[in-house]
Amino acid sequence: MTTLDLAAMLQRHGGDATRLVQILHEVTAALGYVPPATITELAARLGVSRAHVEGVVGFYSFFSAEPQGRFRVRFSDNITDQMAGSHALCQRMLDAFRLELGEVSRDGLVSIARTSCTGLCDQGPALLVNDRAIARLTPQRIGAICSLIRGEVPLAQWPENLFAIHSHVERRDRILAAVMQPGEGLAAAVARGAAATIAELERSGLRGRGGAGYPTGAKWAACAATPGPERYVVCNADEGEPGTFKDRELLAHHAELVIEGMTVAAFAVGAQRGLIYLRAEYPFLVAPLLELLERRRAAGLLGRAVGGVAGFAFDIELHVGAGAYVCGEESALIESLEGKRGIPRNRPPYPVTHGYRQRPTVVNNVETLAAAALVARDGADAVRGQGTPKSAGTKLLSVAGDVARPGIYEYPFGVTVRQVLDDAGAVGSQAVQVGGPSGTLLAAREFGRRIAFEDVPSAGAFMVFDQGRDMVAVVENFARFFAHESCGFCTPCRVGTTLAAQMMTRIATGVGSRRDVKDLARVAGVMKAASHCGLGATAGAPVVAALEKFRPAFDQRLRSLDVVPTFDLDLALAPAREATARDDLAAHLDEEGP
Amino acid sequence: MSERAREPATVPRRKLRVATASLAGCFGCHMSLLDIDERLVDLLELIELDASPLTDKKRCGPCDLGLIEGGLCNAENVHTLRAMRANCKILVAVGACALNGGLPAQRNHIDVRDCLQTAYLSGPGVERGFIPNDPELPLPLAQVHPLHDVVKIDYFLAGCPPSAEAIWQFLTDLIAGRTPVTTHGLIRYD
Repeated sequence: MTTLDLAAMLQRHGGDATRLVQILHEVTAALGYVPPATITELAARLGVSRAHVEGVVGFYSFFSAEPQGRFRVRFSDNITDQMAGSHALCQRMLDAFRLELGEVSRDGLVSIARTSCTGLCDQGPALLVNDRAIARLTPQRIGAICSLIRGEVPLAQWPENLFAIHSHVERRDRILAAVMQPGEGLAAAVARGAAATIAELERSGLRGRGGAGYPTGAKWAACAATPGPERYVVCNADEGEPGTFKDRELLAHHAELVIEGMTVAAFAVGAQRGLIYLRAEYPFLVAPLLELLERRRAAGLLGRAVGGVAGFAFDIELHVGAGAYVCGEESALIESLEGKRGIPRNRPPYPVTHGYRQRPTVVNNVETLAAAALVARDGADAVRGQGTPKSAGTKLLSVAGDVARPGIYEYPFGVTVRQVLDDAGAVGSQAVQVGGPSGTLLAAREFGRRIAFEDVPSAGAFMVFDQGRDMVAVVENFARFFAHESCGFCTPCRVGTTLAAQMMTRIATGVGSRRDVKDLARVAGVMKAASHCGLGATAGAPVVAALEKFRPAFDQRLRSLDVVPTFDLDLALAPAREATARDDLAAHLDEEGP
Repeated sequence: MSERAREPATVPRRKLRVATASLAGCFGCHMSLLDIDERLVDLLELIELDASPLTDKKRCGPCDLGLIEGGLCNAENVHTLRAMRANCKILVAVGACALNGGLPAQRNHIDVRDCLQTAYLSGPGVERGFIPNDPELPLPLAQVHPLHDVVKIDYFLAGCPPSAEAIWQFLTDLIAGRTPVTTHGLIRYD
């Protein structure tokens, strides 16, 4: 493996400890992992404690202090990948290398693991190998990948078509059909003035597209009204909610609009710096985004006197996340931008007053920024004219699962679930998970409901399950997702998500009891009431919804006993039987007891 | 049934039969029970002990209440727990080990085979060792488990050990028919 000149690398980062996540990406790219000696050296050179560096390495899935394979394969484990056969394909690769899941081959060549949804649900199953993504996996593609790994062919020399990411836009509306000349939105904002731009945004009724639906104008106004030596605009492109891939499409083919939105925001709130927090699962977007930023600098749309406005200096840098879902929460995202573990902050204070580096910061979703750019150019009425009274404008939906035409669908708010299903060619659907695991699970009788903040809000995911799907397995996938992604900071979530996952697995594998069902509901209640942030608060939601809407699917799986042991008692004596070479009657435990 | 028989009257005073057991624990929870001091006399007005290390009666008969300290570390623990569950109307897990595995569960990341081999064959000072294999000896489980992993537990009394005050309040509540609630200040881990 290549060597690493740590001193030179840190110099490029200005020896700045807040760039630690980016620094660790470079270490991982060069060495495949972050060796303990490197952790020690990084801590010394950055002037932070060793525990801090080790804590950050340990926090993010994409960093490791243990040696990994030179080829690090991670299969996307969203339920849609699973439905498309990802587990069998993963097993195929494991068999090819005679490895167990999560194991590193003895020669250090390859390690194979699973990771949370990689945002390629419209073209799954998908995997990541080092910092490249591969979609549309088939047994043939897996075979090809195995040969390339075995031949130790450097990733740069793998056939380019392997890495092709397709774009499936099935329905365009205001945002996806927009044609904007670079600087057009900014020019309109400048002509209107900063305060009037915020007022226009407030009048448009634009609400955050990341799921929570906070009024964007109010957010900008609060940031602009907070005195401070500097302000920041952050684009939240940490699209981690399983089943969501609309920001991927926006940043791949409409990034100009998003950057325009960031620039308008910077002008309106008086920010000097912008940051894009891009999830690590989208490495294919890094180079195009950096090129776009360069083009805008060359065109005078970033840098000093942006858009020819004297005194308006603004530039944007790209940060890449490291595989932590919780960093989609804005305060955790800011912690991560500051080079720390992505643990959500106490709120209030909110980022608009105490954000990045404790300065006033606007954090907006990718789609929100694109929509804001259009408000700046076209005015509030154009947006107000679409959608519902409380949900102005359009919404991008990432439709995946059991549909004929998965992809991106942009609708005015208020579209019914049934309409989306019909347009996507869904047949015999029994359920739709709107907004991802933390969103809303809808049964067929609810398909008349509407996608809007006043009915079913959505961060963009729209996963469809037909009648052949096992809803218990679906919910188990979600429960395991939350257990994996809990940041571990607060007990209700750290313990609750793991308990819920264990109980769901017991039920799904047919060894659960009625007590598990009862406890699931209780654990979900505690998580909702007592968790530190939204992750824990919503982690129980799919379980509660599924118990309400698909209860028979659970009950059919239960063993009839009221309480059954959570582990195989006789098997638990096997190691001691082996060590003592005993096999008498007392060396066994029957399952049912006396 | 006659009108008279349905009339709510005073609860008939019958002593509750109580069994206790110490599984994989340190006996600290039992000691804490004894720490209720002179209230033991009051307690014995309300209960009579069945199987318990305090009576040295080994086999549990039908009981109203079972108190168990310690987690499950071997096959015998499982048998004892099941016998208690079969005989007790109300079963209470007492203390950290019963609730979570506690201190004994610190062995859970060690393979029990390695553990036995080190202790009886390869460890320092061991000569001509052998791993005891008498059928009278209960085999250790691969991991230490909390009680509720194997049977239904009705109440959990947390603490390491639960204080005498907590045990006293818990028992008096339970005996009087009130749902026991361990209030703030009574849960302690010393």
